Amino acid sequence: MARHKVAAVLPEEPVRKECSTTELRYDLPRKGEGSLYQSDVVVIGGGNAALCAALSARESGASVTVLESAPQAFRGGNSRHTRNMRCMHPAPTDVLTDSYPEEEYFLDLMRVTSGDTNQQLARMLIRESPRAHAWMRTNGVRFQRALGGTLQLGRTNAFFLGGGKALLNAYYAAARARGIQVVYNAEVTGLCVPPREFVTGAVCVAGNATEFRAKAVVVASGGFESNFEWLQEAWGEAAQNFLVRGTPYNQGKLLRLLLESGARPVGDPKQCHAVAIDGRAPRYDGGIVTRLDCIPLGIVVNREGRRFYDEGEDLWPKRYAIWGRLVAQQPGQIAWAIIDSKVLGKFMPSVFPPVSGQTIGELAEALGLPRAALEHTVAGFNQSVTPGSFNPEALDDCGTTGLSPPKSHWAQRIDTPPFFGYPLRPGITFTYLGVEVNERAQVRLADGNYSPRILAAGEIMAGNILGKGYLAGLGMTIGTVFGRIAGLEAARAAN
Amino acid sequence: MPQTDSAAEGARILTICNACRYCEGYCAVFPAMEHRRAFAGADLNFLANLCHNCAECYYACQYAPPHAFAVNVPRVLAEIRAQSYRQYAWSNGRYTAGVFALGAVLAFVFARSAGPRFYDVIPHAFMVAVFGTISGFVLAALAIGAIRSAKEFGVRWDTKALARAAADVLTLEYLRSGGAGCTYPTERHSGARRWFHHCTFYGFLLCFASTTVAALYHYGLGRLAPYPYTSLPVLLGTFGGVGLLVGPAGLYWLKRRRDPATADANQNSMDLTFLSLLFATSLTGLLLLVLRASSGMAPMLLIHLALVAALFATLPYGKFVHGIYRSLALLRYALEQRGGR
Ligand SMILES: Cc1cc2nc3c(=O)[nH]c(=O)nc-3n(C[C@H](O)[C@H](O)[C@H](O)COP(=O)(O)OP(=O)(O)OC[C@H]3O[C@@H](n4cnc5c(N)ncnc54)[C@H](O)[C@@H]3O)c2cc1C
Ligand code: SF4
Ligand code: SF4
Repeated sequence: MARHKVAAVLPEEPVRKECSTTELRYDLPRKGEGSLYQSDVVVIGGGNAALCAALSARESGASVTVLESAPQAFRGGNSRHTRNMRCMHPAPTDVLTDSYPEEEYFLDLMRVTSGDTNQQLARMLIRESPRAHAWMRTNGVRFQRALGGTLQLGRTNAFFLGGGKALLNAYYAAARARGIQVVYNAEVTGLCVPPREFVTGAVCVAGNATEFRAKAVVVASGGFESNFEWLQEAWGEAAQNFLVRGTPYNQGKLLRLLLESGARPVGDPKQCHAVAIDGRAPRYDGGIVTRLDCIPLGIVVNREGRRFYDEGEDLWPKRYAIWGRLVAQQPGQIAWAIIDSKVLGKFMPSVFPPVSGQTIGELAEALGLPRAALEHTVAGFNQSVTPGSFNPEALDDCGTTGLSPPKSHWAQRIDTPPFFGYPLRPGITFTYLGVEVNERAQVRLADGNYSPRILAAGEIMAGNILGKGYLAGLGMTIGTVFGRIAGLEAARAAN
Repeated sequence: MPQTDSAAEGARILTICNACRYCEGYCAVFPAMEHRRAFAGADLNFLANLCHNCAECYYACQYAPPHAFAVNVPRVLAEIRAQSYRQYAWSNGRYTAGVFALGAVLAFVFARSAGPRFYDVIPHAFMVAVFGTISGFVLAALAIGAIRSAKEFGVRWDTKALARAAADVLTLEYLRSGGAGCTYPTERHSGARRWFHHCTFYGFLLCFASTTVAALYHYGLGRLAPYPYTSLPVLLGTFGGVGLLVGPAGLYWLKRRRDPATADANQNSMDLTFLSLLFATSLTGLLLLVLRASSGMAPMLLIHLALVAALFATLPYGKFVHGIYRSLALLRYALEQRGGR
């Protein structure tokens, strides 16, 4: 990649300014020196993939600087909201039950992505997952004993004791103990890869524009899910009504920088993983507690009071991820889940209390829905419910007849007051678009070659493995496995 | 329990936790919480007394301040715990405790006389009368608190659950945090608090055992204090006394370095009073041992007895009660885990 003369030149003196623009590439400061942050390896990002890369580069002897755009209190990107990772294992361990062999893992992945995966990378990821797990422990990560596990994922997924933030705390403590420099409030806004031994970049630290320089860079800055302008390109106006489940800091600046300079894209650029979350959630960072698991137990209506999709199509873990898109396609990108007292308490408690009414009409008023329409929808639904034996754990025989759209399972009359409603909005988890990498986590640049000095890990390259679809716990496995590889390769390139 | 600000805040926070559950592996609070959907009154008091304020769940919380959800479990449970102590306490007794403590001190001062042996300074019968009175009162007050909390938590007899709870109490199971220790006093895991607590608790028990053996000697064998340095009461008392110096001093030292974000500052005086009384009682007891053949014996004996009286009389209204309520909460927890809600 040649050096371009476009875009901003760094000021000679660091000055206070808002750096909100994305500076593509830039010339080195005229003095040719004065890089504020200089080390063998610079890691861009402060989440799971970034910290794994930093620790692994340090392990391999490199000096390391981590540039994290969030302040310390909000460090860790989306990783701070996670709770588990998917691990292959041939036999039960202290934190995983039963076994999860490579082949099953691979088939699960093929199924959810409909084959849209780089099979070579996928195999490597799966085989590396147990080693990654052991390495995590040596770096202070603790896991929950196998047993309970609220999501019944105890066989395939290892749960972090205390969740993703506890995991990050352990990594940051390890980074400190090993002399890794961590800079918070440090947003990287430019990257320049001259065809020689240095990578330089522009970074805005607490509003001050400055520069960094490294022999190799690991880009682990997540996707663009927090960038509404970009989301709007893919989704149009509707995007304005989305809620972001995780960090506000994943603005996709590095992704854009890399793609605009010719790095090869992977993953569906127009897709994002989105679930239906409580519409009262904050715009960012609502995390896990805003999810709502009551959809299969009731009905979902749009703002016209009409149903629009089969709420009981399949078991909830297999269907929850389509409801973000379904709600996004409704007028105003909003919908309401309606249940009655019979099922309250039969799903994971949610953080916001439901809106209630003694009659469906009252509930409609309380929710701001057209009263007659909702009454009509519920009455029509109730009439078409066929009797069966209700069983929320399995595909039961409680369906509907003559209803469009049907409700295939768990259909029970909504007839026991008080009635409850929850507003639903699309909640974005992550975006799929990323950069292509090889098994050494090297980014494929415009000339078709894989760069030894630009490595990528985590969500920004997850599209190599997850072209679409999702498998719970894969995000953290990808970040850990490729973070470690990227760190190792970066240290190698620096040597 | 009246609906206070802390109770409302506790209900708000636990509702968030119950939708999240990421901390379920840390301690008993979260599994117990998962059995419930609403958090008020007795349930809140029970959960608050299960928490030992290790702060793990605060550092691990993605919703901790400055996040808008502002989740801080250790702080709010500490506040609710303090309220529950007041709720369970035999409230009139608070003043009685003060009167007893003061009365005992005055009694000892006036009753003292000169002489080379303990019972020359304070006659044995007099000592027994004073401590007997205080003990009667203290036992009654502690029993009232215990009964009230036991009723609220809903405990019942179950040998297996009792054994489980007793083991948890005696080993301080939850302060181990799976071997890593608490995030106390700072975010770093450390076993210090558990060990200092062990010193304090077992030091207290040894001193208690020393007094009991001495009483047996006195009444059973007719042997009068002071006992030789190598005698059982003195050995027990010395080991216990050292534990009661190291333990409370260590706990105080940790408390000083404590992350203020996770503590309820209003409890500092209660904690400090108890720790200082333990420390001072032990220190004067050991000094008495050293000085018992000298002219310093009489004043030291007076000071020591006064401190012991103050310590005992204030037990039902100080930090001591956490041991009772926490043990009963752990019993209730063990019962729930055995499926008996
Ligand atoms: C609510 C929720 C729950 C989830 N649960 C799970 C789960 O249980 N298991 C699982 O495997 N996955 C889960 N995921 C997905 C998972 O979060 C991601 O796959 C994973 O965290 C990606 O890790 P990462 O390190 O690539 O990105 P992130 O953790 O998002 O880190 C990106 C980092 O880059 C920083 N950054 C961004 N731009 C810049 C810049 N220009 N300069 C400097 N720094 C920058 C950000 O501040 C952030 O620190 C969940 C996601 C959400 C939202
Ligand atoms: S303290 Fe925070 S992370 Fe832990 S369970 Fe509660 S809300 Fe979840
Ligand atoms: S502070 Fe410790 S004991 Fe209390 S709830 Fe949190 S993790 Fe449990």
